[in-house]
Amino acid sequence: MNEMNNMTTATAATDQTKTDNILEVKGLKQYFKVKTGFFSSLPLKAVDDVSFEIKRGETLGLVGESGCGKTTVGRSLMHLYTPTAGEVYFDGQKIDKSNITELRRNMQMVFQDPYSSLNPRMTVEDIVREPLDVHKLYGSKKERSERVAEMLSLVGISSEQASRYAHEFSGGQRQRIGIARALAIDPRFIVCDESVSALDVSIQAQILNMFKELQAKFHLSYLFIAHDILVVTYMSDRIAVMYLGKLIEMADTMEINNNPVHPYTQALFSAVPIPDPRTARASKRIMLEGDVPSPLRVPSGCAFRTRCPYVTAQCSEATPPLTDRGNGHLVACWNK
Amino acid sequence: MAEKILQVKDLQTSFFTDAGEVRAVNSISFDLEAGKVLGIVGESGSGKSVTAYSILQILSFPGKVIGGQILFHGKDLLTCSEREMQEIRGDKISIIFQDPMTSLNPVYSVGNQIVEAIRLHTDRRGKEARDRAIELLDLVGINDPERRIRQYPHELSGGMRQRVMIAMALACEPDILIADEPTTALDVTIQAQILELINELQRKLNMAVIMITHDLGIIADICDDIIVMYAGSVCERGSTDDIFYDSRHEYTKGLLASIPKREKSEELLTPIAGTPLDLLNMPAGCPFAPRCDACMKICLSERPPERLIGGQHYASCWINDLHELQKQQQELEAE
Repeated sequence: MNEMNNMTTATAATDQTKTDNILEVKGLKQYFKVKTGFFSSLPLKAVDDVSFEIKRGETLGLVGESGCGKTTVGRSLMHLYTPTAGEVYFDGQKIDKSNITELRRNMQMVFQDPYSSLNPRMTVEDIVREPLDVHKLYGSKKERSERVAEMLSLVGISSEQASRYAHEFSGGQRQRIGIARALAIDPRFIVCDESVSALDVSIQAQILNMFKELQAKFHLSYLFIAHDILVVTYMSDRIAVMYLGKLIEMADTMEINNNPVHPYTQALFSAVPIPDPRTARASKRIMLEGDVPSPLRVPSGCAFRTRCPYVTAQCSEATPPLTDRGNGHLVACWNK
Repeated sequence: MAEKILQVKDLQTSFFTDAGEVRAVNSISFDLEAGKVLGIVGESGSGKSVTAYSILQILSFPGKVIGGQILFHGKDLLTCSEREMQEIRGDKISIIFQDPMTSLNPVYSVGNQIVEAIRLHTDRRGKEARDRAIELLDLVGINDPERRIRQYPHELSGGMRQRVMIAMALACEPDILIADEPTTALDVTIQAQILELINELQRKLNMAVIMITHDLGIIADICDDIIVMYAGSVCERGSTDDIFYDSRHEYTKGLLASIPKREKSEELLTPIAGTPLDLLNMPAGCPFAPRCDACMKICLSERPPERLIGGQHYASCWINDLHELQKQQQELEAE
């Protein structure tokens, strides 16, 4: 562990001189080819020109409805997919194929489904140890075992349980194991992809607390991807909203909560059922007409124009750029 | 007070698995008033869906209702024959499920499926049945119903499919609509549309709705009365305001404290410690006792009885008895 600490402090010292941002994403595009017939195919623009940055120790929340590309953003920046275009910088260093394995030592991911993201043939100890083996950390087997025990106790799994298999644990416990695995190699940045959505509320609260405590303890930065607005609001310093592959609004959490500007953000935030009957009775919903269009046939111009109550002729002609409306509140809308 | 359209008394449903008997629903009682929305809330495995399936007797093997009464307009559904139940299902009591894709038949057009429900329960045939189907699709807010009626489930979006399910459930204007997590598979903006629709139809047709969900936000939004379930038992039941602002069961309190408020906060949440119960090894006392902060000696050995708190508000927690005793003692001392 000592060796590890020295290593991180050494790298951290050199980082200070580089930049405030742990992660910078510039013009990220991720297209997939989707077969529509025997010879024909259409590009599915899962992520289309998305740029953002995450500061050290910050949590950026990424929200949007299913199919908006939020998970793809997380996976592309980890290079689980090779991005179609765009650049991702980790600590000022551009990520590409040659250095991704090395950089993944500092970037980890916690997945949504604790049932399918843990190998059923491996014991919990093996699961948490695997990243240590991959990155060849710690010299001896004994040291690795100690590190595994340390990580498991950190997330509240006792050492007697370490030799069990994943199916012997409940959903919340599995998610803890997934977190222990991600943290084992002492990363500085974690992508949490819907990490609590499979859990019951009482367990969800335990895991959210754990994310917060670990962040304070290890000065972690998170990209927190979720569809639950209440959870994202609670966790994040800033929130980014996606719609059909595009970033449409980004601002400080309380700013976007109290003062959403984009018509989609307004509708999305007002659609969240508030677990308080008096507030719920008093608040008025903004109802959107219709469904999200297919990502294969994204409308021209602003993708939201087919459901937008404020639509004008301009919206179908050109895509609105993301502009700063003061205090880093970015909005992509022609009319608001 | 409105008529009690459905009265569930001491209902017990068990699953007889190879590993042993799982008491999915363990002696629960509640009433549903005509024209009201009743919410059943609880975490996974709390028995909320099994309660609904027991009412309609659509439990799958090895589940079995082993005791209690389900009075629908005063008639015990548990004594009905399968034929009588078929008359009731879809006609008097309808259900919509969580996942509209698996509850619609992929090889029949949606019109065909709605017409089937109409033909089974009414005298309408042919064009008359088809017209009724179009009328129903229109009722649930589907644009261009004449075209949609010929489409297959895969051609519709998730929200649209749920609307079709609702149309089918409403085909015979039931007295009770049971909605089993109807919006869990949908996005929030679509969820808002569907909840609004259920609410609007409930008022228009003056039917009673049982809304089963794990989302306290939905409960707060549309329900008149609430039942909180944990590990097959009812912890607490009462009006929405009783449950949210005057909760008298430690589990309800814990549940409310563990949802994040809509603000960024440095403070940690207050989760309920521990993990959900293994239903195969139920403790002798209160099922929530192993996770309860206020657990007393009696909680571990005896199941708390349901006590009336006031009005329609009932809770099963020994703490209430303790408070009652303390109050009596204070009064005695004062005298």
